Amino acid sequence: MDELKNTAAQAAGAAVAAEDEVVTFKRPSQAKEIWRRFRKNRGSMIGLIILIIIFLLLIFAEFISPYEIAIKQIPENILAKPSAQHPFGCDAYGRDVLSRILHGGRVSLAIALIATMTSCIVGSTLGAIAGYFGKWIDSIIMRALDIFMSVPDILFTMTVVVALGANFVNLLIALTLAYFTNYVRLVRSQVLNLSEQEYVEAARAGGSGNARIILSHIIPNAMGVIIVNVTLNVAKIIIYESTLSFLGLGMPPPQPEWGLMLSEAREVMRKAPFLLFFPAAAIVICACCINLVGDGLRDALDPHLKS
Amino acid sequence: MWKYVLKRVLFLIPTILGVILIIYAVMNITPGDPGRAMLGANASQADVDQYNEMIGYNRPFLTKYVDYIKNMLTGDFGTSYFTKQSVFAEVWPRYSLTIRLSLMGVIISTLIGVPIGIYAAVKQYTLWDTIPSIISFFMAAIPTFVLGMVLLYIFALKLNVLPSFGTTQGLKSFIMPALAMALPPSAQTMRFTKSSMLESVRQDYIRTARAKGAPERTVIWKHALKNALLPVITMVGMSLGMFIAGAVVVERMFSLPGIGSLIVDRISYKDEPVIIAGTIMIAIVFTIVMLLVDVLYAFVDPRIKAKYAGTKGK
Repeated sequence: MDELKNTAAQAAGAAVAAEDEVVTFKRPSQAKEIWRRFRKNRGSMIGLIILIIIFLLLIFAEFISPYEIAIKQIPENILAKPSAQHPFGCDAYGRDVLSRILHGGRVSLAIALIATMTSCIVGSTLGAIAGYFGKWIDSIIMRALDIFMSVPDILFTMTVVVALGANFVNLLIALTLAYFTNYVRLVRSQVLNLSEQEYVEAARAGGSGNARIILSHIIPNAMGVIIVNVTLNVAKIIIYESTLSFLGLGMPPPQPEWGLMLSEAREVMRKAPFLLFFPAAAIVICACCINLVGDGLRDALDPHLKS
Repeated sequence: MWKYVLKRVLFLIPTILGVILIIYAVMNITPGDPGRAMLGANASQADVDQYNEMIGYNRPFLTKYVDYIKNMLTGDFGTSYFTKQSVFAEVWPRYSLTIRLSLMGVIISTLIGVPIGIYAAVKQYTLWDTIPSIISFFMAAIPTFVLGMVLLYIFALKLNVLPSFGTTQGLKSFIMPALAMALPPSAQTMRFTKSSMLESVRQDYIRTARAKGAPERTVIWKHALKNALLPVITMVGMSLGMFIAGAVVVERMFSLPGIGSLIVDRISYKDEPVIIAGTIMIAIVFTIVMLLVDVLYAFVDPRIKAKYAGTKGK
């Protein structure tokens, strides 16, 4: 609707433009409005604050506890219980768990964030092409996707990681392949829906080309739904990635990683159950906070949905 | 309606062809070969080459693809590169285990999720709603393997009442894996049932039912529930597919010989026939379950049936 209003305002000349300015002055910008609605949601604010704290801890992990401590094996410390010196205790190799959690979190979150971005870009592009151009292009993309999706994604990911070898880049490829399909469907349905809106018709009547319509009319309007999905997907990928690591298909040791730490802790579960607690808690807290923020964003971006 | 079912069943053909193509392509571009994996790192290159030649691994990519499809049409799914057994004999027992496990998972998650979801919707804004909602929120963030380890710690290590791995103790061996698989999705089922029920309670026919003086019990259990459970059927059906594919995590955790772990184990041996047969079977069951769900849905809901009847040829 804003586009229509703007186009109308431009056409009508200075007098109306001035009036339009008054209107926009009274109404806060969209970002501010979203933030105002988001702030009212107490759960989401708590989630956001905890997430910010987690991010700061991870960013400054090197200052809190250098990487060497995370991989340094001290025989005297094997399975040491939590103490003042090692608040989270030490693992079966005598490595400091707190430091491993911090450095492991960097890896987990970096993979989750990058994989979310790449799968979103790949999926959204395909979805936008399918939805906007329709006809045979749409059929080809969607039928290929149906075939692709009939291979369960966890098996597909495992195939890729086992076959190519477990490292950062291959993990990214595997996670992207597992997650881009969601975005194709989502963005396609959004684009199909938005293409029929009046403002797109107005833009086309005004002589805008395909690229302009997609970039400045359809994408900004589809953004809300995409952002919410991206946020919730980060949590899913954190869980998924830790599952892969747990099965020995994630980052290679001695690289600290939450799923890998849990899989190592399982070996000594009888003697040191506390080793299970901290990495598990880290995964659950991160995923919970991201879900809280995602839910809050969904309500803030689309007030109609909440009723 | 039947035309639609036929169309969906026929789509299985390109799906199967596509799946086989994807697997051969992935196997083709990734390093390693079955001979080396089978004979070990110390075997001479000549032996490895001979082995690969013997099992037919060295044929060009497209030849293998076409040959496999030809054989499949005659009912021959190939022999494993690794065990030399017929693929069917290898895959079937593994598959039946995964199906049993997944069915248990679906049943458990439905039995937990649906009743709690209904109850939470009926008692909205009371403790009966808040507490399950909070639990389900945390459940959604717990990975299956973490839950599995918590169960393992409690029931196998501390209480020592359930076996920690294998299938030697019959049904008892399946309790923990099925629970670990079922609890996170049960939270989702609960949330879904609740919102579906709340949606249904807001409809006009509920107001009508109340207005005509039907007792609240009848309104909730007969009018609202019947309509609310329709989308839940779809969701439960979809989750069966997810369970079959996701079972690989608990199969590996509890050392259960299921189809997922078979496929993953054989990837490093490049045992193409087994990987293909296993994946196709999962894809076929996945498609059939989804189709059954759609058909069932149309039969239960007259509105959808009418829609199919109305748009002929679609």
